[in-house]
Amino acid sequence: MSLRARQLSGWSSAFVLIVVLSLVPVAWIVMLSLKTPATATDGSFIPHQWTLSNYSDIFKQGIFTNALRNSIGIGLISTALAVALASAAAYAIARLEFPGKQVILAVALAVVMFPQISLVGPLYNLWRQIGLYDTWPGLIIPYMTFALPLSIYVLSSFFREIPWELEQAAQVDGATPFQAFRKVIAPLAMPGIVTTFIIVFLICWNDFVFAISLTSTTNAETVPAAIAQFPGASQFTQPIGDIAAAAVVVTVPVMILVLFFQRRIVAGLTAGAVKG
Amino acid sequence: MAEIEFDDVTKRYPDGFEAVKHISLDITDGELMVLVGPSGCGKSTALRMVAGLEDITGGELKIGGTVVNDRAPKDRDIAMVFQNYALYPHMTVRENMGFALKLAKVPQADIDKKVGDAAKILDLEQHLDRKPANLSGGQRQRVAMGRAIVRDPSVFLMDEPLSNLDAKLRVQMRTEISRIQQRLETTMIYVTHDQTEAMTLGDRIAVMRAGMLQQVGTPAELYGRPRNLFVAGFVGSPSMNFLPGELENDVVRLPIGDVPVTGELRQRLDAGGAKGRRAVIAGLRPEQFEDAALVGDKRAHGITFRTRIDVLESMGAEYYAYFTVESERVSSRELEELAQDTGAADLPSAGDGSQVVARLDAASRARQGEEAELWFDGAKLSLFDPESGQSLLAESPGADSVGSSPGGERPGEVEATEAEPAAEAPDAEA
Repeated sequence: MSLRARQLSGWSSAFVLIVVLSLVPVAWIVMLSLKTPATATDGSFIPHQWTLSNYSDIFKQGIFTNALRNSIGIGLISTALAVALASAAAYAIARLEFPGKQVILAVALAVVMFPQISLVGPLYNLWRQIGLYDTWPGLIIPYMTFALPLSIYVLSSFFREIPWELEQAAQVDGATPFQAFRKVIAPLAMPGIVTTFIIVFLICWNDFVFAISLTSTTNAETVPAAIAQFPGASQFTQPIGDIAAAAVVVTVPVMILVLFFQRRIVAGLTAGAVKG
Repeated sequence: MAEIEFDDVTKRYPDGFEAVKHISLDITDGELMVLVGPSGCGKSTALRMVAGLEDITGGELKIGGTVVNDRAPKDRDIAMVFQNYALYPHMTVRENMGFALKLAKVPQADIDKKVGDAAKILDLEQHLDRKPANLSGGQRQRVAMGRAIVRDPSVFLMDEPLSNLDAKLRVQMRTEISRIQQRLETTMIYVTHDQTEAMTLGDRIAVMRAGMLQQVGTPAELYGRPRNLFVAGFVGSPSMNFLPGELENDVVRLPIGDVPVTGELRQRLDAGGAKGRRAVIAGLRPEQFEDAALVGDKRAHGITFRTRIDVLESMGAEYYAYFTVESERVSSRELEELAQDTGAADLPSAGDGSQVVARLDAASRARQGEEAELWFDGAKLSLFDPESGQSLLAESPGADSVGSSPGGERPGEVEATEAEPAAEAPDAEA
């Protein structure tokens, strides 16, 4: 066996190991979601009794459908707001020289560093005082805030790669600064904007800490929080099958999304690192 | 259609650097003005101030008689061609060219017509639905031109539009630009660092150095009567030779011989106010030399000398003869700056003495490495002050001597040197 072939086989086995390690839990959850409540805890990988009843169950419960609606609604609104605000901020940071630019970037970075859990307590009290507890805005505001710094970082590196002359050409062609942004810069930055949108949406979609602490009812509970609150069929049965089914329902769309936009997401995370 | 007026215009950056210093320049309606100079001389900054892309720190800029200092680019009725073209990559050629009209809310039918007309002029008709990424460099350049033309602006601004093209295409596009400008009769400011482009295109040329205007004039004026060493060295190809000399009443003592100061040279020198005995830097154009054997009757008008030809380059219709003159090397801040810009400063010097290039007729018998007798036409000598670098000659010989001198004013030859060897052999015009 040549050195090259040996290297190849070494890398392939490492690769297979990693794939197996990360996919086995997913497969396990899928299998779990296909078991009947009685056999859920039998410990075998392949269900003895196949059923889709877990799936039909969760869609019959208001708690899950409401949570799904909340997740999609809150996620989309937070993401749209974050990306819109971040585009403006990132554009200014990429294009303008102004005093305090470095400070703004440093503060943005500091926000990312902040452990979210340390903010949950204060926010809980504050939201209850001002009536934002268990409402959509109550989750949208923190999601947006925590998504902004990352969005600004990713977007500003995209904007920086667009030649400044294009904007000047647009200005000379008679565009106002806003027209230049909307008709020339934004279309060119669209890959970056889409990437940022997906990254931010995933962050909101997967969040558990804020969702569990700042909501209490189906008013604003998102899926990760709702799953934790699933009632059993009786007081003494664990709703394991339902939880598994719900987990599959919220994971699969995300996986498809990520697979579909994989290249763009990687491009977004590494944008500006090397000149493409 | 509009004239442009720079009135004491200055650009100072926040860090205190002055890119453009107190420039005053009038560009008349329909004129093609070329701003030329080495990199970093402020020519692009000056252009961008006209476009409204740079703020003006001091002075006034007028387009068509209106002060436009505080107007946004879109309110100045200008069109600009950028060095890297700055085409919108997400739009087709058609959309690129029609973008300005669309912003101006021109009806779609009119846009189509204007874009179609411009595409016809620029031979882009079959490319209208392609994206810029799929076009060649020359095609992109033409799209950039087309985007400017469809606007029908009062001023065209060109920022080194040809510098990204290869040499042959550049010569073609140069004539194309000249033709378009004449056809549209639109005022144009053209920025370049290439003196050949400047000489061939410009109605008038403004030479800039370190943010200041050095001289403004027609190509012939700049070539024949450079105001200082910088302009003299910058304009012309091959460039002017410089030798140290001494002015003594009626004669200029040069290392190659004594040149009598007579006729117009005398008058211009007197009008310039230079008197008595003083050190000078003499500027000698390559075409003022000739093989002494070919001069004939005019021999008496100039001086002859013998020298060894180091290198003889045949250009077909003429020779470039390089020889060394035993003398101290002339040193001047302006010339050093020029050498730095062209990269000549990095070349190893040819030992002691000054390197001189002469243009000889193709009939010359001069051979490389052998001695030859050369003749120099003293009447068209340029003289400069070694300290200030300024010309010691007045621009005109004086009020009583009317009419322009034909001497040295041959920009046509300069043009030809790049494209092809000049058909006409340099000779001393009577």
